[in-house]
Amino acid sequence: MKKELKLMKGNEALAEAAILAGCDAYFGYPITPQSEVLEYLSNEATKRTGMVVLQAESEVASINMVYGAAGTGKRVMTSSSSPGMSLMQEGISYIACGEVPCLLVNVQRGGPGLGTIQPGQADYFQAVKGGGHGDYKVLTLAPSTVQEMVDFVGLGFDLAFKYRNPVMILTDGALGQMMEKVLLPEQKPRKTEYEPWGSTGKTPDRERNIIYTLSLQADVMEKWNQRLQAKYREIEANEVRSEMIDCEGADYVLVAYGLVARICQKAAHLAAEKGIKVGVFRPVTLYPFPYADLNKLADNVKGFMSVEMNAGQMVEDVRLGVNGKKPVEFHGRQGGIIPSPEEILAKLEEKLVGELV
Amino acid sequence: MNEKTMTVEDDLHFEQMIAEESVCTKENLVYERPETLTDATMHYCPGCGHGVAHRIIAEVISELDIQKDTVGVAPVGCSVLAYNYLNIDMNGAAHGRAAAVATGIKRVLPDKYVFSYQGDGDLAAIGTGETIHACNRGENFLIIFINNGIYGMTGGQMAPTTLVGMKSTTSPLGRDVATMGNPLKITELVAQLPGTYYVTRTAVNSPVNVRKAKAAIKKSFEYQKLNKGLCFVEIVTNCPSNWKMTPVQSNKWLEENMLPFYPLGDIKKPSN
Ligand SMILES: Cc1ncc(C[n+]2csc(CCOP(=O)(O)OP(=O)(O)O)c2C)c(N)n1
Ligand code: SF4
Ligand SMILES: [Mg+2]
Repeated sequence: MKKELKLMKGNEALAEAAILAGCDAYFGYPITPQSEVLEYLSNEATKRTGMVVLQAESEVASINMVYGAAGTGKRVMTSSSSPGMSLMQEGISYIACGEVPCLLVNVQRGGPGLGTIQPGQADYFQAVKGGGHGDYKVLTLAPSTVQEMVDFVGLGFDLAFKYRNPVMILTDGALGQMMEKVLLPEQKPRKTEYEPWGSTGKTPDRERNIIYTLSLQADVMEKWNQRLQAKYREIEANEVRSEMIDCEGADYVLVAYGLVARICQKAAHLAAEKGIKVGVFRPVTLYPFPYADLNKLADNVKGFMSVEMNAGQMVEDVRLGVNGKKPVEFHGRQGGIIPSPEEILAKLEEKLVGELV
Repeated sequence: MNEKTMTVEDDLHFEQMIAEESVCTKENLVYERPETLTDATMHYCPGCGHGVAHRIIAEVISELDIQKDTVGVAPVGCSVLAYNYLNIDMNGAAHGRAAAVATGIKRVLPDKYVFSYQGDGDLAAIGTGETIHACNRGENFLIIFINNGIYGMTGGQMAPTTLVGMKSTTSPLGRDVATMGNPLKITELVAQLPGTYYVTRTAVNSPVNVRKAKAAIKKSFEYQKLNKGLCFVEIVTNCPSNWKMTPVQSNKWLEENMLPFYPLGDIKKPSN
């Protein structure tokens, strides 16, 4: 049920959505361009719903606070931006292994190193390929509007609890900072019931609940891995989400996620004016990636170009999806530069249209 | 009759005794396993202080009857499997992060008893930041700090608490202050922070010290109800395996070398 229409900044809308989703606790550390999440929650959350909001001493501490708090079965989240997300990776690996549901938000900036505070998409590999050590997956949602920054909070918590798995909203500094109209959902109540697996104190009616990630026996640890992998296969079968914009009858398809998908739509309009039929394919879940949808689409088009704010990361998954059926090109900008629609169209013409006439 | 049959007969005789009227009566019972200790066989080396520390924690939880309201946090170190031995809900933290994990638990379950159990490498090296800040925020949980002056689990490397001149696999000629720095008295350090409520140093090398350590843990759980801040109980222990000593030698060495540098007693007492 959608309720209130408001003009909001992406980061603040996401924070508001967390309160409305009945989130129980947020642990975070300031970093541009996502500090508004922590600031907004510090102002609003506790007085409205009693939600716990704590500024931790580091991202290492925040993610481990999330691990502890979410291990009780509560709805818990953190947010950060690229360098902070790097610090969290060990913790995310523990959270995935211990099957602790929680919501993570990465408002990406350009890297590597301290990089820049301008938007980026170079944490794609880190988000969807595991990021930390060991074989694990984080269900990754990529909003492309401030509205989706809101919608994916509730969806993210639902998916996290459905699969007992961490879910990440992978967005960027531009979406975090820009203002758009949003429809906010109604306030959901905070959680009062305990999860049957939560580490909350052993009552006589049940066995101990232990959140842990260790087995010294290789055969046990392999079975554990196989159980995780089976869950990931289930996620891959059920949770793929993507959007096709004007792909019917298109000769060329731009593949992009998040903010860049919107710029690609503008590029597609410019192309139409020139008589080139261009569609946009937008993966909404980056893990699980919509390989099959792309593969099907490949039957009807002449070629793809993946457009990203990095040196070419998602393009590897696009190629896996297309699987050699059609050419897959790439155009990317780095360091916080956002590609323009004109530039994207020019690259498309240069790399695909010109080549394939 | 060979030895083997004798043993079997003895066993049978003993079983019969138990079945008939039995030595196992309530009056004869001087020692039992607290219900908050599982019957899993501990993996600790013979004579290691970790087992004793576990037992007194379990006794306290049983005596206070707070099993259903207690969540513990295990570290990475020799006591990584503490959750196999303590019959309570637990969470296995990453190396050094137990104080952050405990903070998360306590913040969302403020009415529960929460404690972390951490070695010296875990708490005073890789986890120093989390330790100091949990103490400084005055989180309402208990930190039990097992100081054996060494990295037990990884095979006897130098710890932040390793004494000057003490040998380890990474200070083979003894800890040299000029290149390796000084042993860290983190307990004295956290006692300076306004967020700590009760800070004490105990040991488990002798029966009397075990009793004092248990009393300190019990008091800390009771203090937790008052929401007055963090309780910090250091337990100076041995590591016979990596100190390369017998258990008896190690307890003697502990008394003669560790305790003069890490003196026992309350460092910060509740003011009320
Ligand atoms: C991030 C990380 N670094 C290093 C290790 C390896 N490691 C495991 S236990 C340990 C030291 C444990 O020593 P201490 O905390 O003193 O506990 P003890 O075994 O002595 O009880 C180390 C370095 C690890 N597990 N994780
Ligand atoms: S290595 Fe040392 S600390 Fe670890 S169990 Fe053995 S004696 Fe105890
Ligand atoms: Mg140690």
